[in-house]
Amino acid sequence: MPVAHGLAFDVAHMLAGGMVTVSFMLLFQDRLFALIQFIALHALVLTLALGWQAWLQDAEHLYAAAALALVFKATLIPWVLHRLVRRLRIERAVETVVGAGMTMLFGICLVGLAVVVMLPLAAKSPLMWEDLSFALAVVMLGLLIMITRRNAVGQIIGFLSVDNGMMLAAAGAHGMPFLIDLSIAFSALVALIVFGIFLSHIFKHFDSVDVHTLDRFRGDQP
Amino acid sequence: MPLPLVLCLILAMLAAGPLVTPVAGRSWAGGALYGLCLAVSGLLLVAGLLGLAAAGAGTAPQLVRLPLGVPWIGAGFRLDGLSAFFLIVVNFAAAAASLFALGYGRHELAPRRVLPFYPVFLAGMNLVVLANDAYSFLFSWELMSVASWFLVMAHNHDPANRRAGYVYLIMAALSTQMLLVTFGLLSDFGSHLDFEAIRTAHPPVEIARLVVLAAVIGVGAKAGLVPLHVWLPLAHPAAPSHVSALMSGVMTKVAIYGLVRILFDLLGPPEWTWGAGILFIGGVTAVMGVLYALMQHDLKRLLAYHTVENIGIIAIGIGLALAFRANGFGLGAALALTAALFHVLNHSLFKSLLFFGAGAVLTATGKRDLDHLGGLIRGMPITAFCFLMGSAAISALPPLNGFVSEWLALQAILISPELPQWVLKFLVPMVGAGLALSAALAAACFVKAFGIAFLGRARTVAAERARETDRCSQAAMLALVAACVLAGVLPGMVVDALAPVVTLLVGFHMPTQSSEPWLTLVATTPERSSYNGLVLMVFIAVSALVAVYGIHGLASRRRRRAGAWDCGYPETSPATQYTAASFAQPIRRVFASVVFSARESVDMPVPGDLRPARLTLTLRDPVWAVLYRPVVETVDTAAGMVSRARTLSIRQHLSLVYAVLILLLVVLALWQ
Repeated sequence: MPVAHGLAFDVAHMLAGGMVTVSFMLLFQDRLFALIQFIALHALVLTLALGWQAWLQDAEHLYAAAALALVFKATLIPWVLHRLVRRLRIERAVETVVGAGMTMLFGICLVGLAVVVMLPLAAKSPLMWEDLSFALAVVMLGLLIMITRRNAVGQIIGFLSVDNGMMLAAAGAHGMPFLIDLSIAFSALVALIVFGIFLSHIFKHFDSVDVHTLDRFRGDQP
Repeated sequence: MPLPLVLCLILAMLAAGPLVTPVAGRSWAGGALYGLCLAVSGLLLVAGLLGLAAAGAGTAPQLVRLPLGVPWIGAGFRLDGLSAFFLIVVNFAAAAASLFALGYGRHELAPRRVLPFYPVFLAGMNLVVLANDAYSFLFSWELMSVASWFLVMAHNHDPANRRAGYVYLIMAALSTQMLLVTFGLLSDFGSHLDFEAIRTAHPPVEIARLVVLAAVIGVGAKAGLVPLHVWLPLAHPAAPSHVSALMSGVMTKVAIYGLVRILFDLLGPPEWTWGAGILFIGGVTAVMGVLYALMQHDLKRLLAYHTVENIGIIAIGIGLALAFRANGFGLGAALALTAALFHVLNHSLFKSLLFFGAGAVLTATGKRDLDHLGGLIRGMPITAFCFLMGSAAISALPPLNGFVSEWLALQAILISPELPQWVLKFLVPMVGAGLALSAALAAACFVKAFGIAFLGRARTVAAERARETDRCSQAAMLALVAACVLAGVLPGMVVDALAPVVTLLVGFHMPTQSSEPWLTLVATTPERSSYNGLVLMVFIAVSALVAVYGIHGLASRRRRRAGAWDCGYPETSPATQYTAASFAQPIRRVFASVVFSARESVDMPVPGDLRPARLTLTLRDPVWAVLYRPVVETVDTAAGMVSRARTLSIRQHLSLVYAVLILLLVVLALWQ
């Protein structure tokens, strides 16, 4: 498979790096509407990255994946989340992010770790190395978002960004079957449905989407 | 008898377990099963005798490889002199236990929990001594352990039995794990599991040391070496009595077989330090076992602690044999190993006999506590006679068999000053003193057990109404008494029969006894020491007859009955008799105040107060306190921490997983 160097490589690098940057924005952001807008942006950059990879690798299925990402992740899911937040009247709920500065620093360390872990790939294929280490960084940052949010919406956003990171990795690894892209997209949709139901239920019961209320309710705590 | 036929017999016994399961509740099932086990054990006993005779004639061992077990290796079995000797030990006691159970088993409350596992247990023990590769050995070992565990749990309505089963399960698992390590190291991490290959490949000396350590722990946990004996006095009494007899008398011997097989046959030439270590453990086990036994007043538990003591005596013999062999003293090694193997045989005989006696007492009275018995000799004269003979044998009184093997062990100890190592020069006489002490204390303990249970007046109604046990049980006990007397009076025959086994293991054997005049037993040379059981028995018999004749014939033929001297105190309640605790009190004051930190306190009410006076005795088991309690507490603490992690919130769980993920990534980044 011919892999273009020079400009092609730089653009792929820029788009993947862009996803990491947007992940940092998500990590920093503490307002729900802004979070939803940034996850849409995240998905949009993912769409561009997928499209660029599709053009580079001349792979039709990646065009399909990019289209899926654009329709579902950049449009449908943010729209549903937006509506949900407005319907539940929690648009003014401010996320309490545990120490934004420390979280950002930790995130930077994670990116470094991701790059070091993927280092053995560098000798074999520099393009794949860049792509995979950025993808791993996005996944790790997404997980970090999930555990630093108290709010269930924040956790959903974290989960979606993990999902985007996986899509990026799948696009970067050449010759990955389309089935995997599809199954990841599908799992994201299922997760959205589950999370949506979960969200409206916990709101109905507790008048809050703070997951701490669940812990208190669990009954096995003293 | 060809080995395939022997294996078919064992297979028949193995199959009897599952086959009897559907009908185990029927009244005829016990009789049929025990009858079958009696027949098969009898045939296997014949096979063992023929195998030993063949080994004596110098025939090569029989080998069989079955296409079972590990692919490409199969299951190997071998019948050589050592296996044949242990086949005899296992199956003589198994036949006696089956005969005993023909009568005793009728009183069993839960036959469906006993019958299916009994033949499997017997088959497992037989397979262990025949196995010729590591896989078959461990498989048979586990078969034996698991079947005996089920038998221990037969009466699981009693919480004490459930605890016994729990402790036993843990210790049995430890034992098998350590044996797994042993065979892993011996077979060069599984590259040659066959014993034939292990025998020729001698591991390097560091590996060999590890093998000895793992083998002593693995076997010690099964045989009951201190401090791994803790399960034994709990589990052995919990099983039905004929199974207790087999567990104490035979299963511990099968464990000893494993030790002998590994140390003398599979592993290369020994170092003297191995012998010193085993000798030390054996000495401690012998003395501690008998001290524990003295503190007991539960008849079956007392017998179980005596098993610990006797395993210590056997370990002393094995340790001495290793030390002699490492120094090239072939005859000394042969003497010590003969003593150990002779004691294996003896202990299987008299310990089975004593457990049968305890079982008969249990059936007749429903009591195991010595302080609830008394005066049983009137209701159960034959059981009393058999128990008395067993007690005399285990107390190493001539002319019975227990004396012979302990005498041989002491003879081996007496030639030890010729050993070059100073550690051994000091250690061996100390162990010898311990051996003599344990024999004396064992005699005291059995005077207590027999005296409190069978003599005096009945302490309870149940003891007063006790009736003699059934014919089958009596026959089993009398057969064992006969075996004890024969092995004691004709020890030369046993020693000669053991000669090919000992030659196989250490390359030398004791002087041939059949060439000695008057059935005399000679340890090394006739000038040095000899023993003649027959002369001693004839002397005892003649002098006793002369005394009886002298008293009855010359003085008076009348039998007189008179009241016992009551110290001027006219209270005639049986409770004023000696109890087990009061009998042991002097010895307890001498030894147990140090070893068990025994404390006595008397609560004496003031005159006019109507409450009874109380004597409270507290004992502390040093092994539990020092070795096991810290382990239990550590496990408890760790479990507490894990259970706290269980109640974390979702976010904390996620964080935990995340932290582990990052840790693994860091490890990956550093490692590559």
